[in-house]
Amino acid sequence: MRQLQQRVETQQQVGESLITQTAVRLLVPFVQLFGLYVIVHGHYSPGGGFQGGVLLGSSFIMLGLAYDQKTVLRLMSERTNILFGNLGALIFTGVGALCAIFGGLFLDYSALDVLIPLGPIEWRSFGIFLVEVGVGLAVMSIMASLFWDLGSAGQMDEGL
Amino acid sequence: MKALALLATLVTGAILLYGTMDFPAWGDPQAPAAGRLSTHYIENAIDETHVPNLVTAVLGDYRGYDTMFETVVIYCAGTVVISVLRRTRKENPEQDS
Amino acid sequence: MDGTLGIIVAKYNYWIYVILMMIGFYAMIGKRNLVKKLIGMNIFQTAIILMFVSSGVKHGAQIPILNKYEVIKHGVDATGVVNPLPHVLMLTAIVVSVSITGVALAILLRIYRQYGTLEEDEILEKLG
Repeated sequence: MRQLQQRVETQQQVGESLITQTAVRLLVPFVQLFGLYVIVHGHYSPGGGFQGGVLLGSSFIMLGLAYDQKTVLRLMSERTNILFGNLGALIFTGVGALCAIFGGLFLDYSALDVLIPLGPIEWRSFGIFLVEVGVGLAVMSIMASLFWDLGSAGQMDEGL
Repeated sequence: MKALALLATLVTGAILLYGTMDFPAWGDPQAPAAGRLSTHYIENAIDETHVPNLVTAVLGDYRGYDTMFETVVIYCAGTVVISVLRRTRKENPEQDS
Repeated sequence: MDGTLGIIVAKYNYWIYVILMMIGFYAMIGKRNLVKKLIGMNIFQTAIILMFVSSGVKHGAQIPILNKYEVIKHGVDATGVVNPLPHVLMLTAIVVSVSITGVALAILLRIYRQYGTLEEDEILEKLG
């Protein structure tokens, strides 16, 4: 009980209020799940890489607003974040380059049919999915790092 | 100076308002923008990509170059923001450039 | 639907976008504060995005998400589906506008750190 009291007190030092922090802590997993859903379900409903990436990034922005910036950086360090951004851009260009390597045009996904024989049309659908995942990762990373850098003026300590 | 800015704004707005007279009516199915290319997308996108969401199909497949350089643009924006703003902790914030 | 009333009904959305664009344009060239200029640029971009999206509208058409099996079996009538091309272009334009805003805010922060102000004429004075 005393431990809990202590934890609550230290948390209240870094952020605004207990209600906001608890609500954000409960909400963040669902926001991230919804972001993944929007990316993956972009073929069949409104959505796609850009929108889902913004949702994923906004979950980190929410954490940064309710808690301290240090708390967010403990969960997702700056290095990991930039790695995700690089990975996203690399997935997109890499898929395009793979298509060219396997004998098609650049970004013509049906050329990847020699890799796993799904049929050229299904490969187009699957190639769009791969590309959307790359876009989502890149957008998530850039949104989070924009907020972190602008909110703390490049110091990465306290944040807003 | 402000009067000049207002004048320039009003002249530009008047020219654009005059230009809207040649625009197609709102919601016109026969408008030039609904012409050849978008008709091709709507009719053939599902046969060619098996993606029911036409916006995703056009974004990811037909206009893949556009989206790829889009990603590169936001990647560059993130890199620029980090390189302009980021300061290492050892530096004294008072003495910055 | 003819005469003046017909023209107003057919064109009023473009007029609204032109007025929105004028607001943004005036903020860009008439204001002295750099943050206000940036907000004006955002309003300008919003007007352009709205104009492009409204150019894809067709009366009585459905959204561009179709039933896959029905389309493969029967085909689709192009006049019954909203034009998807402006949506794609504006989807990318929105993301570009967000990244432009981010870069501009970073540069503004740097300018404030250097000169201690965001007013245009004061910065010009300090530049000498």
